[in-house]
Amino acid sequence: MTALRSLAHVRTGDKGDTCQFSVIAYDLANYPLLAKQLTRERVSEHFAQIANGSVHRFEVPQLGALIFVLEHALRSGVTRSLSLDAHGKCLGSTLLSIDISTDSSGAIT
Amino acid sequence: MEKTAPAIRIGSGAGFAGDRLEPAVELVEQGALDYLVFECLAERTIALAQMRRTEDSNGGYDSMLIERLSLVIDQSAKKNVRIITNMGAANPVAAAKRVAQLAHDRGINGLKVAAVLGDDITDHIRNNDVLLDNGRSTTQLGESLVSANAYLGSFGIARALDEGADIVITGRTGDPALFVGPMIHAFGWREDDWDLLGRGTAIGHMLECAGQLTGGYFADPGFKDVPDLARLGFPIAEITPDGIAKFSKVEGSGGELSVRACTEQLLYEIFDPSTYLQPDVIADFSGVTFSETDAGIRMDGATGRKRPDRLKVSVGYRDGFIGEGQISYAGPGAVARGRLALEIVRERLAIRGLAIEELRLELIGVDATNFTEGPPTEMREVRVRAAGRSRNRQTARAVGAEVEALYTNGPAGGGGAWANDREVVAVASCLIDREAIETRLAWVKA
Repeated sequence: MTALRSLAHVRTGDKGDTCQFSVIAYDLANYPLLAKQLTRERVSEHFAQIANGSVHRFEVPQLGALIFVLEHALRSGVTRSLSLDAHGKCLGSTLLSIDISTDSSGAIT
Repeated sequence: MEKTAPAIRIGSGAGFAGDRLEPAVELVEQGALDYLVFECLAERTIALAQMRRTEDSNGGYDSMLIERLSLVIDQSAKKNVRIITNMGAANPVAAAKRVAQLAHDRGINGLKVAAVLGDDITDHIRNNDVLLDNGRSTTQLGESLVSANAYLGSFGIARALDEGADIVITGRTGDPALFVGPMIHAFGWREDDWDLLGRGTAIGHMLECAGQLTGGYFADPGFKDVPDLARLGFPIAEITPDGIAKFSKVEGSGGELSVRACTEQLLYEIFDPSTYLQPDVIADFSGVTFSETDAGIRMDGATGRKRPDRLKVSVGYRDGFIGEGQISYAGPGAVARGRLALEIVRERLAIRGLAIEELRLELIGVDATNFTEGPPTEMREVRVRAAGRSRNRQTARAVGAEVEALYTNGPAGGGGAWANDREVVAVASCLIDREAIETRLAWVKA
């Protein structure tokens, strides 16, 4: 097992009440592993406390990237949310603690 | 720096209203630019600007307009760098007049400033019942409606440049449009050149957040180390008539311009990468590739298809008040005392029977921005935060007051209490037929 943080980087953005973030493999060779393990269901579960609407996943394989879109996740969005981080810009970084399975040698399978 | 004719070079001088000032100066002095763009208008900013315009008919443009332009206007006039900005906000004509005055004061004569108009459709929305994305309708907003601005496209900006504008000032446009305007002007792209407009939109999207392309909003020590963020260089795109761009920054400036940084920015705030809706085109980023070249990072592969029939409109409305308070606890048991403090605030507001519509209670350091499950941690310090919404300012103010009252009535050792309240101007959106929008130009000459 290895933390996602060592395999990929994340950028978070927002539009209205929707949170969006991209997960980008440092090494393109690890993209299939991320695509296989970072499922829509797993990410929904990670954000269970805030994912109040649909969760979508889009794939951009040539860039080694996955896009996740969480609807109704921002307490009605930056202009009226009561949150300290009304944009929800801190959210994506929390995904980096997720574990990704690798084989016994530590190499990415 | 030499460029290959007939390529153009566009620099991004600001990515939000509060952005740094010096990077634009560096760009205009050393970037060999043809165009310098300042993107400074967030979703809600225009509604707040509209409120200022209501108080002062000469106000309502970006409050940093003159500060930013006064730093670059001598060089831009001398080097024939044309400036495009949305700092006109709710009053592009007043902004254009003020900029012409600045040029006059600096002894720059003959400068042509164009204001792009037509985005402000507040009256139209006030008089027509339109459904908003939050489920309400515009007539339901009644007197609370502050502003309605349609997202204009690039062709008004291009026309201003065609007609000789040295500085183009807009209100609400699609952010990438500020960059696509000069491409249309320079390369003669037509309204149905969907692939070219899609490529131009991708370039504009890359540049619109300025330093976010060149290593800003990117560093993670030990994983993504970025040099010299205190002197971050803002990006330049050198673009050829086929819509291919190479991104660079001034040599010696801080930051990182790399394929990985470009990838983060390309996908920033993108939902379905094959469908990026803009006023002039539906851009498709799903096939974009990046490659490293001696002249910077080359982007290829964006496409486009026919523009949407309807334009997005941002509708600003007054939405009550938020009151907030914070107080800190430190040392052993800080988290437990923080939780006790939050419970006391909750009970106090209930006892007083105040009409708080929504209340948020959180511990900064524990659960204010991180909403995932994790092991309980003993913190060295925590900060209590309570925020509540009410239709009434006095009621909202009570939230912060109850936090401040924890000083002498709450758990042991509270410190650094703070309270504040503010009016909320919320933004919702709707769509309008593009035929209802007419883009016009107004001219001011220095």
